[in-house]
Amino acid sequence: MSHYYFIPHTKIDQILSYFEGNGYKCLAPRHLEGGISYAPIRKAEDLPWGYVDEQKPGHYQITKTENPQAFGFTVPTASVKPMLFKAKETVWKVKRDDSGKLGFESVVDVEKIAVFGVRPCDLRGIEIQDRVFQHNSYNDIRYSKRRENQFIIAMNCGTSHFNCFCVALGDYPRADKGYDLALTEINSGFVAEIGSDKGRELLLYLEVDAATGAQVEHALNLIDNAAQMQHKQLPPIKEVEAKLMANLEHEAWDDVASRCLSCGSCTNSCPTCFCHTERDIPNVLGTETEHTREWDSCFSIDHSYTHGETYRENPKYRYRQWLTHKFSTWRDQFRTKGCVGCGRCVTWCPVKIDVVDEINTICK
Amino acid sequence: MSTPDKLINFAKRPKIAVHKFSSCDGCQLALINDAVSLLELATIVDIVHFAEAGPLDEFAEVDLAIIEGSVNTHHDVHRIEMVRAKAKYVLSVGACALTGGIQALRNFTDEKELRHWQHDVYPEETEVIIEGDLATAKPISAYVKVDFELPGCPINTGQILRAIRQILFGVEPEKNVDPVCTTCKHAGVTCVMVAKNESCLGPVVADGCDAICPKLGRGCYGCYGPAKYANMDAMIAKLKEMGLSDEQIKHKFHHINSQAITFHGVTARTISQ
Repeated sequence: MSHYYFIPHTKIDQILSYFEGNGYKCLAPRHLEGGISYAPIRKAEDLPWGYVDEQKPGHYQITKTENPQAFGFTVPTASVKPMLFKAKETVWKVKRDDSGKLGFESVVDVEKIAVFGVRPCDLRGIEIQDRVFQHNSYNDIRYSKRRENQFIIAMNCGTSHFNCFCVALGDYPRADKGYDLALTEINSGFVAEIGSDKGRELLLYLEVDAATGAQVEHALNLIDNAAQMQHKQLPPIKEVEAKLMANLEHEAWDDVASRCLSCGSCTNSCPTCFCHTERDIPNVLGTETEHTREWDSCFSIDHSYTHGETYRENPKYRYRQWLTHKFSTWRDQFRTKGCVGCGRCVTWCPVKIDVVDEINTICK
Repeated sequence: MSTPDKLINFAKRPKIAVHKFSSCDGCQLALINDAVSLLELATIVDIVHFAEAGPLDEFAEVDLAIIEGSVNTHHDVHRIEMVRAKAKYVLSVGACALTGGIQALRNFTDEKELRHWQHDVYPEETEVIIEGDLATAKPISAYVKVDFELPGCPINTGQILRAIRQILFGVEPEKNVDPVCTTCKHAGVTCVMVAKNESCLGPVVADGCDAICPKLGRGCYGCYGPAKYANMDAMIAKLKEMGLSDEQIKHKFHHINSQAITFHGVTARTISQ
C-alpha cells in the first residue's frame, strides 16, 4: 500500500473544520497588505489562491495569476517563529500588597495552533529553535507548551525564489521530519504523507484515497524543480564555519558595515534568531509591574551593553557577530547549523545585503 | 556624579511643573489624554504648574520641570532660565523641545523668506510673530542644562508616564534606542520600503510611535528623531536609489527634527543642482 495519499482541494474546508472541532486556531498564509503572511483562516477561499511572489535582495512583490494553486508562492513574509517565540509577551507580574509583601504570578499564555502550510526551511527553523528553547540548558515553559499544542501541516515547495538557498546548505525543499502531515500541492489538490499519529487521525477523518503513482511522481518532480531553481552556492558548511572564524579581520567586514543600516530586519525576520531582552512595565503608582520578554537583535547598539561598556559599538562588529554566530559558533552552541536558507534576511534587507555573497567574499 | 546617582535623593513626594514654550501642546495632551493615570499620578506627586490642565504657579520651586516646546523669543530665553533655576531636574519632551520642531525650519531661511512664509501661514497681516523674536527656533538644551529627554512628535501617553515613573523610582528614563524597523518586524508589518518601494526613514529613526505609519502602509516621517545608531550614508544611498533627488531627501529630514545633530549632514548641507 502506498504511503502517499491524495487530498483534493475540495477537502480543505474539512481540514479547517477538523481543527476548529479539536480546539485549534488555524493559521495559514493569506494575502494581506502587500504580502503573504500567516493569519487566522476560516475558509478555503481565504487562502492566497493564484498568488505568486517575486523575491530578490531588498525586493518583494506579489502578483495574482491564473495559477489554480493556493500555495503557488514561496515563503510567507514571516516564518512560524512568532507563533512559538512571541515578539513580545508578559512572562510574569508582581504586585506589592498593603503589608509590603511581593506576590509573583507567572503568565503562560498558550493557544492550540494548527499551521496550515509550513515550508521545509521553516520546519527546520523550528527544529533549530527547539534546541535553543527546549534542548539546551533551559526548558522554556511557554515555548514548550506551544510546541506540544501545535499541529503542523508542512507544504513542500513547488517553486523557489531568487534568494532561496536551502540546497546550498545541503538541505532540500522537501519536509523530512517534524511535521504531522506533509503536503505537496499538485493541480487539483495535495499529495500527502503522514508524519505523526495526529496527522494520521486527520487523514482518517478526511477519508481520502491513496495517491496514484502519477500524482506522486508529479509531486516529487515539482520539488526537484524547486530545488533546481536555486542558483546560490556556498562552500561546504564545515568550510564556511572554519573560514569565517579564521577571517575575523577581513576587510569585507568594513565594507559590509558601510552599507548596513543596522536596522535588524535580517535578524527579526530570521526563523532561528532567538535573542531577546526583558523589561519591566510598572503601573503609575509603582505598586505592580509586568515583566516582559521581547525580541532583541545583535544589530541593536545596546545589545552588547554589559557592565557599563558597549562592546560592539562599531557596526562592523555587530555584523560580524551576526554572521559568525549564525554560520559558525552556532554549531558549538547548539550542535547544528544556524541557517535554513529561507532567504528572508536577503529579501527584507532594505539595502540588499546578501548574506550568501558576504560569506563567499569572506571565505574566498 | 552621574544623573542616576543624583536621583537617589529625589523627593519622596515630588513637586512637578509642566511648562509650554513654542509648541502645539500635543505633548502636554499626551499626559492629559489618560485622565485616570494623571489623577493617579496626582496622588503621589504635587503638580504645581500645568497651565493646560489647571494649576498655575510658573516659577515655583520644583523637583521636576517637564518642558514642551522650543525657544523662539527673548521672553522664552528669560523664562527657561527662570524655570531651570527653580527646578532640580529638567525633562524635555517632544521634537520642539529636543530639536526645535517644525518651527526650526526658519533656521534655514532669511528674514525675507520668513515674512513670505508668515503671509502664507497666517490669514491676516501680523507683527506678533516677528516682534521679540530670536532669529532661530532652538531646543531647550541650547539655552539651559537638560537632565533627561523624551523624543516624539508628539510624545505618547505610555512614554511620558513610564518616564515619570522611572524618575520616581530614581532611575534615568529609558531611551528609545532601536529604529522603527524593530517595531515593524515585531508587529509583523510588511516592510513598505521593500514591498511597496515607499521611501521610509524607519532605519535611521528611533522607535517610539509603535510604527504607526508603516502599519498604515506609509513610510516613516521621522517623528521620534534619530535612532541611537543611524547609518546616514547608507540611508541616503537607499533613498537616491529609490529615485529621490538630493532636494527631496533634504526635505524629508527637514520635516520634524531638522535640528537633530545626526541629521545635520543632510539638513544643513547646500544642495548643488
